[in-house]
Amino acid sequence: MDAAKEPAKDASSSQTQAGSPQAAEAHKPAPNMPQFTRAEDLHAYHEMLLIRRFEEKAGQLYGMGLIGGFCHLYIGQEAVVIGMQMASVEGDQVITGYRDHGHMLACGMDPKGVMAELTGRRGGYSRGKGGSMHMFSREKQFFGGHGIVGAQVSLGTGLAFADHYRENGKVSLTYMGDGAANQGQVYESFNMAALWKLPVVYVIENNRYAMGTSVARASAQTDFSKRGLSFGIPGEQVDGMDVRTVREAATRAIEHARTGQGPYILEMQTYRYRGHSMSDPAKYRTKDEVSKMRDEHDPIEMVRKRLLELHGVPEAELKATDAKVREIVNASAEFATNDPEPDPSELWTDILLEAHA
Amino acid sequence: MATDILMPALSPTMEEGKLAKWLKKEGDPIKSGDVLAEIETDKATMEVEAIDEGVLAKILIAEGTEGVAVNTPIAVIAGEGEDPASVQSGGAPKTNGAGGHPAPTPDMQAEGLTEKPAPAAKTGDDAPKAPAAPSVITNKAQEPVMEEFPADTPMVTQTVREALRDAMAEEMRRDGDVFIMGEEVAEYQGAYKVTQNLLQEFGPKRVVDTPITEHGFAGIGVGAALAGLKPIVEFMTFNFAMQAIDQIINSAAKTLYMSGGQLGCPIVFRGPNGAAARVAAQHSHDYSAWYSNVPGLKVIAPYTASDAKGLLKAAIRDPNPVIFLENEILYGQSFPVPKLDDFVLPIGKAKIHRTGSDVTIVSFAIGMTYALKAAQALAEQGIEAEVIDLRTIRPMDSATVVESVKKTGRCITVEEGFPQSGVGAEIVARLMADAFDYLDAPVLRITGKDVPMPYAANLEKLALPTVAEVVEAAKSVCYK
Repeated sequence: MDAAKEPAKDASSSQTQAGSPQAAEAHKPAPNMPQFTRAEDLHAYHEMLLIRRFEEKAGQLYGMGLIGGFCHLYIGQEAVVIGMQMASVEGDQVITGYRDHGHMLACGMDPKGVMAELTGRRGGYSRGKGGSMHMFSREKQFFGGHGIVGAQVSLGTGLAFADHYRENGKVSLTYMGDGAANQGQVYESFNMAALWKLPVVYVIENNRYAMGTSVARASAQTDFSKRGLSFGIPGEQVDGMDVRTVREAATRAIEHARTGQGPYILEMQTYRYRGHSMSDPAKYRTKDEVSKMRDEHDPIEMVRKRLLELHGVPEAELKATDAKVREIVNASAEFATNDPEPDPSELWTDILLEAHA
Repeated sequence: MATDILMPALSPTMEEGKLAKWLKKEGDPIKSGDVLAEIETDKATMEVEAIDEGVLAKILIAEGTEGVAVNTPIAVIAGEGEDPASVQSGGAPKTNGAGGHPAPTPDMQAEGLTEKPAPAAKTGDDAPKAPAAPSVITNKAQEPVMEEFPADTPMVTQTVREALRDAMAEEMRRDGDVFIMGEEVAEYQGAYKVTQNLLQEFGPKRVVDTPITEHGFAGIGVGAALAGLKPIVEFMTFNFAMQAIDQIINSAAKTLYMSGGQLGCPIVFRGPNGAAARVAAQHSHDYSAWYSNVPGLKVIAPYTASDAKGLLKAAIRDPNPVIFLENEILYGQSFPVPKLDDFVLPIGKAKIHRTGSDVTIVSFAIGMTYALKAAQALAEQGIEAEVIDLRTIRPMDSATVVESVKKTGRCITVEEGFPQSGVGAEIVARLMADAFDYLDAPVLRITGKDVPMPYAANLEKLALPTVAEVVEAAKSVCYK
């Protein structure tokens, strides 16, 4: 059926598919591509670069043995969380899985506290007791950082339940990967979110591989925007490498949720450059595939190019931004290296809260 | 040939009910399928249908009669050619066939429940009756020893079910952040009628019927709790919470620690736990030991209605995730409950239910029924048992147990759960560490047998502990 092959160019269809990495060959600037102002592009550049440099530093510290356990880097996917945050307002909650450092920085959490948690130090967001996959900030309304694939989807739906209960006008931005999207509780949550019209935007970050298993080898329906169809949840496929398309779709989805129309699904078509975790065999995809994506669709390079060519920002200004970001990241690494480990007494704290009265 | 119509049971655990209404009168012709009468319990109603043809010769139980025992003849149907005026009832209560129930449970049939029927969940009163159900002593005869309210407090008699409902209603009135969610908690009034009238009082926003998706709604409950609400998540039974155990353990219990103390999870997971009657292995598991193994959780398993009320109120107020293990067979049992505006008990304190100097019996929840009955039997043989009700499994009040053992020098434990790594095993370990020098005999455990719960009535009975086993163990540690 032609209609299925050629989705209508309306808000609820796969309007941005042409720009997606999955359709890389056909990549051309669409005529109706949303535009950013100079200030918006500068903001996006700074935020994405911070994540990129932070993650590179985390990879380095991991290699030096300062970070232990599992460490999942967000490099390549920066446009997703930054575009989403540009469309959200203060007080909206964010929750995600274990590839979470980028989300924390995007929520405004202190890079020092994040890095110190990665190194298991007392100044970390979880006082060294959570690590890479388990960090939270009630102040920034960041609810983790969850190590069980898919669990955050029910939890994020619960955050939306609380928003709905309190009628506070907030929206829960609930992220998951393409792997998590196959978990059973995701659909249980979709069902209840649609049934009760909960204010939640499900962001499926499709980076094409669940660990080492490609989407095609794991998913009967590879169009994740359709995963809510049987519950009547609208969905879109979005070019997750372009921060502008991300923000545009996010604005639409968040508005939908905030105005009491229930959940919305955004499939962000993105790509991670690094392995699943630090110990990735890199046997499941070719080096060419990775370098092609880096060269042609890098979310940060695209903004940089626009800033130079479209907005006429002098190279020196961008270099200054680069330097500033490096400084922030280096300071976080230094803090995370020198901050002491938790006091041994911390072993026995934070297990239960004191019951009051 | 005249046929007796017997008082039907609505569930394997129903003992008696009310004959609410006769829809046929004496002399009426009866066809198979005719509705003869309506039966009520505190949980459900059902219609009694005729199976045989004939004439309704005699009504033996007038409408409006309460407390009609299951299997009591309630009417006589005269067969073809019989004189309705001269037929006789078969007499005393009798069973209908080999332990089967005289009538199906219409509730389930009417709803066409084929998925997750939770057999016992759909039906009547829960007073113990079926062969495998443990016998229960008269609770009124055994006054609690250490009460946590003034001696002159007026008492009301309540079932455990009513006490739990009142606890939730009181806390929901007190705090707008408290809400209940689960399967059939609202319009159905609770699969076991524990949430009766909550919907009417608090409305659908705070009494939330969920689809049958334990994993999903447990996660939603935890998420709402992380956001600061105080959910009560009801599982139709804790057997179904197996679907949700990841969210209970990995999300609810661990997030406070993993967040360095930032994100508390004030949530109560509650519902019936352990064996009911004749519901087989997948509906009979006792999870007390499982949850008690997990730091970050509190685990409560009350026996009396009073403890159920005071501890559920405490659980709802507690800022931590609390597993509140109820028991279907105890739901219908009555106990005195203090008539106080705000009766809250401390979590983590055991209660000495009966004092004695010869042997300590430690138990909790329905295990207390064996323990108390055994204590009575032992007293008749000159052995005075001290019976301790743990009430909270985690944190465990082992100090009370140790103090008792210092006095008695002997201890046995009683639980329906499995022996390996059970609650009894934990008590044994603690006594080895903390009361070794006071022990005059090895501590023995009475537990459910190390087998999946069988369905057959005789096998189920064999799988559960017995009062005789408790008595024998107590005598054995007393070397008598």
